[in-house]
Amino acid sequence: MAITARAFKYGDDINTDYIISGKYKFKSADMEAMAVHAMEDLDAEYYNKVKPSGGFLVAGKNFGMGSSREQAPLVLIHSNTKAVLAKSFARIFYRNAINTGLPVVECDTDLISDGDDLELDLEAGVLKNLAQGTEIPFAPLPPVMAQLLADGGLVAHFRKHGGFAV
Amino acid sequence: MSTIPGKTIAERIFSAHSGTDARAGDIVVADVDFVMGQDGTTPLAIRALENMGVTEVFDPAKVAVVMDHSSPSPIEGVSALHTMMREFGKKTGAKVYDVGCGVCHQLIPENGHVVPGDLMVGCDSHTCTYGAVNVFSTGVGSTDGAAAMAAGKLWFKVPDTMRVTYDGALQPGVFSKDLVLALAGRIGADGATYMALEFDGPVIDALSVDARMTISNMAIEVGAKAGLMRADAKTLAWYEGRGKRAPRPVDPDADAIYAESLVFDASAIGPQVARPHSVDNVSPIEDVAGTRVAQGFIGTCTNGRLEDLKIAADILRGRKVHPDVRLIVAPASKQILLDAMEAGYIRDLVEAGAVLVTPGCGPCVGTHNGVPSDGENVISTANRNFKGRMGNSNAFIYLGSPATVAASVIEGAITDPRKYFSGGEG
Repeated sequence: MAITARAFKYGDDINTDYIISGKYKFKSADMEAMAVHAMEDLDAEYYNKVKPSGGFLVAGKNFGMGSSREQAPLVLIHSNTKAVLAKSFARIFYRNAINTGLPVVECDTDLISDGDDLELDLEAGVLKNLAQGTEIPFAPLPPVMAQLLADGGLVAHFRKHGGFAV
Repeated sequence: MSTIPGKTIAERIFSAHSGTDARAGDIVVADVDFVMGQDGTTPLAIRALENMGVTEVFDPAKVAVVMDHSSPSPIEGVSALHTMMREFGKKTGAKVYDVGCGVCHQLIPENGHVVPGDLMVGCDSHTCTYGAVNVFSTGVGSTDGAAAMAAGKLWFKVPDTMRVTYDGALQPGVFSKDLVLALAGRIGADGATYMALEFDGPVIDALSVDARMTISNMAIEVGAKAGLMRADAKTLAWYEGRGKRAPRPVDPDADAIYAESLVFDASAIGPQVARPHSVDNVSPIEDVAGTRVAQGFIGTCTNGRLEDLKIAADILRGRKVHPDVRLIVAPASKQILLDAMEAGYIRDLVEAGAVLVTPGCGPCVGTHNGVPSDGENVISTANRNFKGRMGNSNAFIYLGSPATVAASVIEGAITDPRKYFSGGEG
């Protein structure tokens, strides 16, 4: 299924404190309430821009560096972020995103400008930049992760199989 | 004659825990020896377990939850999360470390929950700390942590290994924190992403277990999955009387294959400081000396151990913290607090003007215990200086060794601690 949304572009090394500051993450387990603070220290308007009609968060290298907080992918999901597209990802964030059901795509984000409309079809492995009329290649997920995402995340995988079935 | 290449520490630990001939790049499902969560991550893990329909943990003796990040609770939201963790402990039998016990990354090794040769995961990125005692330990998110608590196993990609050798000897006034900051400065925040680090060399051999933990703790700051060291006689002596199981030290094979090898001459490394707002923004102290500071912080899973408090107390004894500076001290555990009281370090620090706070994470994560004001500079022994990290995105955090922090709070400005060593005024 293809998702179409606008690109919101940021830089390299976006850490988990930018995605959701520690001062909020410890306050509650209510992700809907915390999502309004997503990306706040980098772009105070992120939530207001993305929430109404969804968006792709586009970044440079090492997206999600820092802490293990799963609140990071969760607040992005709850702010209506459809996927994160970056040149590379930090390891823990990458796993957390798959486990919680946030699609992550490693690709050359120099081919995307802020505000471009993009179309992403994960199953087909196709990413189109509709604004520039180009197709951007990306590597498929490792098979284990593709299976977890297909099952709807790690919790759903466990419910379905009664444990690990990878 | 075998031509099969040897294995790194990581490959050997994953082989032993997965029952396979694990090599870098392989995906394995491996048994874990321990699972840990803290108060910022455990509530989501508990919710994930509920959603999985799981009501028990795989082995209550191999699961612990720790209230350290926001503890004692500063607000009612956190109080509710702490209550949830206590109830989880009662229901499942998992070990609960309540407020005041200390930082998870001190408590887990200090209480012998992990031993050399183990594989463990923790819902906190600095779980890599126990690599210093030959444990493949790595940070995971709450859902991965929940799966490990439920099944006693998790899937892993066996990492490539970068070998980091420290030759030479440390100069007086230079510490393990400076060694790992020098590494971050050289390879950057993603210099070892997806890899394990293996630290060795005469400088590592000469360090105490406390000082080694400082280095492994910061493996994640270069993106690494683990920061491993061999278990030597010092490690095994440290485990006397505390290991819950017998250590099974794992050395790398002599012909292990490393993806990269780096060598540092420690003799040429002086005190290092990470400048705002990233850990790899590292300078020799000379470049930042004289920068005014309003707050100092000594503590955390990086540098809140007994040796760190001793280094700071030795500098501050008989001196005073600058009148324009607050110095906050958070011992990494209750045991360290007791030992530091016994040794007189706490008296030295408090008499010099330090404020002692609860054993735990202190102000590191910005939830309590000393949020800086707008425009203020902080010199801290922590491992992260991201914008907003200490609770105010308009403050500036510099990272250094306990000696650098102690020297700086006396002057009210970032100060080279070497003047207190080897023939200096100390």
